[in-house]
Amino acid sequence: MALDSSKTTGFKYVGTRPNRPDGLDKVTGRAKFGADATAPGMLFAAIKRSPHAHAKIVKIDASKALAMEGVKAVVTRADFAEGLTGEDWNILENVMAGDTALYDGHAVAAVAATSALIAKDAIKAIEVEYQILPHVTDVDKAIEPDAPVIRAGAADASVPEGLHPNVVRYYESGHGDVEAGFAEADLVIEEHFTTEATHQGYIEPHACLGTLGGDGKGELWCCTQGHWNVQKVCAALLGLETSQLRVTASEIGGGFGGKTTVFIEPVALALSRKANRPVKLVMTRSEVFRASGPTSSTSMNVKIGMKKDGTITAAQGIFRLQGGAFPGAPCDMTAMCAFAPYNLKNVHQVGYDVITNRPKQAAYRAPGSPMAAFAVESVMDELCNQLGLDPIEVRLKNASHEGTTANFGITWPRIGLVETLEAAKAHPHYAAPLKPGQGRGISCGFWFNHGGETSVSLAMSEDGSAQIMVGTPDIGGSRASMALMAAEVLGIPYENIRCTIADTSSLGYNEISHGSRVTYASGLATIKAAEAAVEELCRRAAAKWDIPAEAVYWEDGYAKPSGPNAGDHEPLHITELTADMGATGGPINGHFEATPEGAGVSFATHIVDAEVDPETGATKVVRYTVVQDAGKAIHPTYVEGQFQGGAAQGIGWALNEEYIYGEDGRLQNAGFLDYRIPVASDLPFIDTVIVEVPNPGHPFGVRGVGETSICPPLAAIANAVSNAVGVRMRQLPMRPARVLEALESKNG
Amino acid sequence: MVEVRLWSGLRPLVEGRDSVAVEGRTVGQILTALRRDYPALGPTLDAGVSVAVDGKMIASSLTEPVGEDSEVVLMARLKGG
Repeated sequence: MALDSSKTTGFKYVGTRPNRPDGLDKVTGRAKFGADATAPGMLFAAIKRSPHAHAKIVKIDASKALAMEGVKAVVTRADFAEGLTGEDWNILENVMAGDTALYDGHAVAAVAATSALIAKDAIKAIEVEYQILPHVTDVDKAIEPDAPVIRAGAADASVPEGLHPNVVRYYESGHGDVEAGFAEADLVIEEHFTTEATHQGYIEPHACLGTLGGDGKGELWCCTQGHWNVQKVCAALLGLETSQLRVTASEIGGGFGGKTTVFIEPVALALSRKANRPVKLVMTRSEVFRASGPTSSTSMNVKIGMKKDGTITAAQGIFRLQGGAFPGAPCDMTAMCAFAPYNLKNVHQVGYDVITNRPKQAAYRAPGSPMAAFAVESVMDELCNQLGLDPIEVRLKNASHEGTTANFGITWPRIGLVETLEAAKAHPHYAAPLKPGQGRGISCGFWFNHGGETSVSLAMSEDGSAQIMVGTPDIGGSRASMALMAAEVLGIPYENIRCTIADTSSLGYNEISHGSRVTYASGLATIKAAEAAVEELCRRAAAKWDIPAEAVYWEDGYAKPSGPNAGDHEPLHITELTADMGATGGPINGHFEATPEGAGVSFATHIVDAEVDPETGATKVVRYTVVQDAGKAIHPTYVEGQFQGGAAQGIGWALNEEYIYGEDGRLQNAGFLDYRIPVASDLPFIDTVIVEVPNPGHPFGVRGVGETSICPPLAAIANAVSNAVGVRMRQLPMRPARVLEALESKNG
Repeated sequence: MVEVRLWSGLRPLVEGRDSVAVEGRTVGQILTALRRDYPALGPTLDAGVSVAVDGKMIASSLTEPVGEDSEVVLMARLKGG
């Protein structure tokens, strides 16, 4: 039986661009998102949040709220599990404050009532007595000697002695001798860079409907990137047996990493347990900004030495990230990604995870990598400018490739950075002339990608069609990709396959849709599940022909005898084998469960042209080209969409988006009026080039593509703006006032 | 024995060495041996690490095989968005 589907060319379905299976539901409003669920007797919830950046909770008096008509339950921290440790404890602290409110917007109590209006009124009736404490929201200020200690004892064993208690994790790596390397250089540049916290900006706010009885059995409907994780964390926070809570993932209106944890789901379940009624909880946009998980903000120093011919002699980076009031800012990822594109003899990188009085950071596409690329690629650009070198040629000269040592110690396997640089160099964009007032920026970017625990089940129907059940919420078109990969193995049309996101009671464990893992890991599992079904189909054909199963192979939807010795049999179509499957051995299914660890890393190179208005300081991105290694593009339109989406979000991060905190430690711009994400008129057409350097860890060569696309934009845009205005832009966002300041500094 | 390279932040915990040798044929056995032979690494291992074997970055699977000549690099735990 020919069951090994590993191949990287000669595809019939993979690489085509069929219509998306969820398209009609989404354009007609039929798709059900987080807030679309209802249940008989449902209550509506609202959350009481701290108006202070840092305050001791002295007393909570809910008696007036509970006396209101229609109010059915109030919960506080006392209604959750005790004795938690580690990340479960951190998540609970974030979901519902214990004895201290740690940031503006931190939840302190919640209400369930018969209407949303009553719930909203009731939280106003809850009286909370606070003792205000000193606060700090800035990463550099948080590690000054006199900074208030936010959570004493929060540092882990990685932190060297003598650092401020707000440094809670420390990472350091590298090799060679950077000081000797800098001494060899013809030019050494060291700069300080900052980036502000940004939000993923998903259009759908967090929403859920929870039901939990006194018997410890529950149901939860929610928008999430990972419902098995929701199940596990909610069970821990509420003291339940994990399997007694069934979680169903709704359609998701964007996640980008921000929906990889829980914020409101345990609260809805706690209220439901207390009221003995289903409880719906939907965040407002303001709550999403104040109390979900934005990115870290950063303060970074990068120093690179280069010879006149463009050879890098040494590189060093110090990356300080604040991740809110809890450990977890991805300082290690930032440090590891920083110099990954370069083959360096001497390199040293340090990361600091710093806590402040802000909400707990969450992932946002390649967490930590975009900021690192901004700092490193800006210095690379400045070196090229001062030495009069071509920025792509310099990157090619120093590029990481198979067999070189990465900045974090491994020997690179087959990677595609050089191919992206060559494709960028050959692209017409790179040679196109610039107009006055415009500048061009180049940047590389890197992300690891991930595999993770995965279960997939595939079931044949009597008519020869197939259904696939996966456990990874579809955040980027994965249902189409799964159907294409199954079609390739089964040899049936894409349209004959339906892919469904199963709930936690219908499939084995699945890790979150994160780490750009879904097309890689669920795709691999889908291929293996389809192969298992094909193996059984071949077995059924062999039984019909009364020949050994080994004498049958599968081709383009047919079972065929493998040669003259197998006998003269007419090929059997899949429909002829499934039609009577109940009578020939029972249902034909395939399944696969594993933790695949062969996710191939991904590199990208971006080219950006920006134009700056010297009177207003406003920047317009006039041309943008993304070149990225996808390994193998299963559905190229979705891959291009990921490339364009990363670039679009990067444009917002680079030019406008930022969390602005006042002196009082409160967020000043918790809404889309004051937090400006790009709209269509802000964006150029974003051109894409898919490079395909197959990943040997996937049967069809897939590498994750969802995150790498946001790694280069901050740097590429900053380089374009810097080259347009003639001043190195070292702070993001490059809002108009900041660009005007740069122009004024240049003009004296 | 398999040579395991450590990131430099861990070196103070193992008397300044940039790598240590331990017995093990799988990632899980390597981590168990590290915990046993170098107890100072325990808190770091407990917090979660990834392991690269011959350039393949392994986030969580303990059953991945490791050869005597394999390049083994201890890495900070990989996470994604």
